[in-house]
Amino acid sequence: MVVGELTEDTVDGLFHALADPTRRDILRRCAADEPSVSRLARAYPMSFAAVQKHVAVLERAGLVTKEPRGREQLVRTDTAAVARARQAFDDLESTWRGRVDRMSALLAPATEPEPKNPSSRGAG
Amino acid sequence: MSVTSVKTDYANLTLTLIADFDAPIERVWDLWSDPRQLERWWGPPNHPAIFEKYDLAPGGQATYRMAGPDGAMWGAWRIRALDPPTSLEFVNAYADPDGTPDTTMPAFTVTVRLTERDGGTRMEIHERFESREDMERMIDTGTVEGLRQAVGQIDGLIA
Repeated sequence: MVVGELTEDTVDGLFHALADPTRRDILRRCAADEPSVSRLARAYPMSFAAVQKHVAVLERAGLVTKEPRGREQLVRTDTAAVARARQAFDDLESTWRGRVDRMSALLAPATEPEPKNPSSRGAG
Repeated sequence: MSVTSVKTDYANLTLTLIADFDAPIERVWDLWSDPRQLERWWGPPNHPAIFEKYDLAPGGQATYRMAGPDGAMWGAWRIRALDPPTSLEFVNAYADPDGTPDTTMPAFTVTVRLTERDGGTRMEIHERFESREDMERMIDTGTVEGLRQAVGQIDGLIA
């Protein structure tokens, strides 16, 4: 797979951020709520420092923001950033679906490629 | 229909699309290797692509112009690997009119693999954003409608 070819500096924040199940869970919790780092840390069977590190990765990837509240840091998922990732892929998908449709039209025997009328391409 | 499956991998910034065509592999390969055929499908109908340079060889470059109601824009491919009629890999980027890739705009790596299957041809496309910044830039170029349904989609994304 392509992942193996990625070098350290091309490995991207989002890749790291979303590749880990704990971090995905943190994203979920911090979308529904706005817990402090210490409250978050109590939810996982790992050290405070470990959870803090996960939050830092998410923050660098732009997927969460931290807001000081007294001596605490509240963590919130940036749902817009997450949605942007989704939107980018939706866009790419529709681009390729359009391309494949046009390729099919070109490959269809004795059929003029007619983008206005893609429906009449019945397969026996 | 031709598209058999589409899979998006947010963690690896990759889109994988599989399409099956009822045509011989050489015929499908021609859609990629012949610029006159390529330009009939690469761009959308309202932004048809005209390939002005097409050097289909490892390290070679292809440049194209896409004209549309809102003006023209240019793109460039750099061919990374090629094995007719089964595989092609290139980096697709926005470019200046002279074909110089615009590094402030998003770039993608596209891998195409063709295999013979059930008397037809299966085409597998992997498209990978070079980086998350590229992904963000693609959105910022204005091709995307915007952030409808920002909240509520999160479970679908990170499930």
